[in-house]
Amino acid sequence: MLGYILRRCLAVIPVMLLVAVFVFLLLRLTPGDPAAIIAGDMATPAQLERIREAMGLNQPLHIQFVTWVGRLLQGDLGVSLISNTPVSAMIADRVGPTFSIAILTIIISVVLAVPMGVLAAWKHRSGADYAVMTFSVLGFSVPVFVVGYLFILVFSLQLGWFPVQGYTPLAQGLGAFLSNAILPALTLSTIYVALIARMTRANMLEVLGEDYIRTARAKGAPERTVLFRHALRNAAVPILTVIGTGFALLIGGVVVTETVFNIPGIGRLTVDAILARDYPVIQAMILLTSFLYVLVNLLIDLSYSLFDPRIRY
Amino acid sequence: MFKTRNHNDAPVVLQTSGLTVSLPETPGNLKVLKSIDVTIRHSETVCLVGESGSGKSVTSLAIMGLLPQALKVAGGSIQLQGRDLLPLSQAQMRDLRAARVAMIFQEPMTALNPVLRVGDQIMEVMELHTDLPAAERRRRAVAIMEQVHLPDVDRIFRSYPHQLSGGQRQRIMIAMALVLEPVLLIADEPTTALDVTTQKQILALIDELQQNHGTAVLFITHDMGVVAEIADTVYVMKRGEIVEHGPVDALLRQPRAEYTRQLLKAVPSLSPRPARPEADDAVLRVERLNKIYGGGGILRKLPQAHAAKDVGFTLSRGRTLGIVGESGSGKSTVARCIMRLIDPSSGRIMLDGSDIAGLSRAALRPHRKKLQVVFQDPMRSLNPRWTIAASLIEGPLNYGTSRADALAEAARLMDVVGLPQDALGRYPHQFSGGQRQRIAIARAVMMRPDVLVADEAVSALDVSVQAQVLDLLHQLQRDLEIAIVFITHDLRVAAQICDDVIVMQRGAVVEHGPASEVLAAPAHAYTRALIDAAPGRSWDFQNFREMPKVPHAEPA
Repeated sequence: MLGYILRRCLAVIPVMLLVAVFVFLLLRLTPGDPAAIIAGDMATPAQLERIREAMGLNQPLHIQFVTWVGRLLQGDLGVSLISNTPVSAMIADRVGPTFSIAILTIIISVVLAVPMGVLAAWKHRSGADYAVMTFSVLGFSVPVFVVGYLFILVFSLQLGWFPVQGYTPLAQGLGAFLSNAILPALTLSTIYVALIARMTRANMLEVLGEDYIRTARAKGAPERTVLFRHALRNAAVPILTVIGTGFALLIGGVVVTETVFNIPGIGRLTVDAILARDYPVIQAMILLTSFLYVLVNLLIDLSYSLFDPRIRY
Repeated sequence: MFKTRNHNDAPVVLQTSGLTVSLPETPGNLKVLKSIDVTIRHSETVCLVGESGSGKSVTSLAIMGLLPQALKVAGGSIQLQGRDLLPLSQAQMRDLRAARVAMIFQEPMTALNPVLRVGDQIMEVMELHTDLPAAERRRRAVAIMEQVHLPDVDRIFRSYPHQLSGGQRQRIMIAMALVLEPVLLIADEPTTALDVTTQKQILALIDELQQNHGTAVLFITHDMGVVAEIADTVYVMKRGEIVEHGPVDALLRQPRAEYTRQLLKAVPSLSPRPARPEADDAVLRVERLNKIYGGGGILRKLPQAHAAKDVGFTLSRGRTLGIVGESGSGKSTVARCIMRLIDPSSGRIMLDGSDIAGLSRAALRPHRKKLQVVFQDPMRSLNPRWTIAASLIEGPLNYGTSRADALAEAARLMDVVGLPQDALGRYPHQFSGGQRQRIAIARAVMMRPDVLVADEAVSALDVSVQAQVLDLLHQLQRDLEIAIVFITHDLRVAAQICDDVIVMQRGAVVEHGPASEVLAAPAHAYTRALIDAAPGRSWDFQNFREMPKVPHAEPA
């Protein structure tokens, strides 16, 4: 098991190296002079030369790559071309909101979706099942920004329960954080509730047909025990995969929600950087999100063996 | 010979009267069980026999109150020690399950929860039904595990199901069922998935526990051999009805119902048929075949498993070679090596004079046609989304036959295997198990093979269907001179179809010879153990009498 974890961790290195090469070449292989792209249309030749010098663009490609990776390893992600602040500091500022909302979203999704999926599977083809499936289709098909504005309209403007927009860090108290974060998290969770509920239902349906469920009933176990002790853990692995992938997607794909609710997260940082052609920031964001994907997938794989003793590495 | 215990004076444990179960949502309110009357007394073993679809499992699930949602009890009563179970609420039924009526199932592989330790699964029964403190629950769980003769109880207590053998898992199931000393044990085909030697042990165990605790046993089986071994009373079921019942001796000696006679006559005899004359044109010769798994590893050598050790045999045109042995004996490994579905580690496989053991995928292609296979499970060996015609003609099309010719041949083969022409346009789920196995055989024969490998090809079928499929294989062999490698764990089947037999144990051939010699006068201790474990071996089912005494050859 320990050997397996070590091997899986080592396997992260080549993957990340490949991403690094891609990110590095992204800029270098774009047609034209990277310095000109970075500097924009209005740059003077002197400015261009300064940028080339600063980025080491006058050196051979492989030297540039090694230098760049060397800096990355020291945590130096470069300096923003727009604000002239270190990229790492910019990201550090923005990571908090995105992460806390992503975690809140996943918690809400799991708490709602898993019981919904279990109920739908248990009462297969009943009203409850159809209700869950209908909600699930809605959750998939209504766009995030529509849900977001709808929630603002109902909960903020009409009922006045939550502020319309903005973000309060968790450090300023759970209540303050939640009152701002709950609507964006609910908005984001519609699609994940839909996804996880469907996944739970499908896997529970399969597991509920297994012989050991019949055994559990033959032992006189009440339905609650049958569902949660015997069935759910057996259905856990695919559900876990969806939850993990969902979390990774949340980190990279929260642009719309952050815009709708005016949250200073990394989604908006990325969009702003792309619009302003702030290449160092874009590069750092690609690296960061890829690393998160790899890390989350690794954690999911390792967690399988917690739920299923047959999976041992 | 048979059990002759008399239970007439013992108190009745379970009595069903006029038990009727229907499918309410079908047109005509289809009856799955029609007025079933079964009586089981204290420490009596009642066998419920019948073929698949006869309603024996539905009967047991109705007693447990565990019928699938589509089925409803439409009439009758189920009395447990004089108390009618049908009016009871779900909660009241739950209290009875495992405490008063316990059940064990066919597949010990799937009947235990794979993610919970087996000790916890046994203790769960006590958690659900008693207020015993944890320490006492544990003590009782360990005690019942010892009673079912599990070795190394402390280790097994902490094990997960996948770490145990099939026999051990079934023992866990039995321990779980009996830990609260129920008055009735329902055993639904509990030994069908086990090897004969394990089966014998499990049957002996149930018998022993029954004598110690006076448990009444309702034993559901399709295997007449098992019936002869364990039954006090037998009920024969057919399409939801009981066609006959009586003490085991009377039922096997003088069956009254025609259906019972048919069922008994279909039981393959253990006395081998005479071998056909030996031909000298060998189509398949296997020499010193070895298959070793594992042993890889970069830093240190991983443990090896020698799945086939120096296996060798010769098979000539039109003859059948049986490979018999228990699970893990290596018989399927040999079959897969011959088919080149897996690569042998060493040895030669001479097919029509050329060695195919080491050929590459591409070089193997022209030879593939000559070797065809029929697998055990006809439910899963046909593509469910393809019509029968599509499955049948795929092989010939791959080898350049025109579509029209392939379809014509498929149509002709439908006659040969006894299926209607319109079967070609239908899908696998529209056929019964026996019909699907005929289709699987037709698919193999479409390729005009020299050698047909049948891997447990009749093991999943009812005896009457089994007999028909064996007949079909016999007829194809006669007409087309196909050589058959027949892999089976069932000595009765082997005795009926094989000219020669090899007996395998732990990857090695322990005995090889004509079936009439190996099965009638086994020389090796393992072969003898296998034959001794075959249930009902001393009864001649077809002729309703004891087996004539065969002179047993002394071991060489």
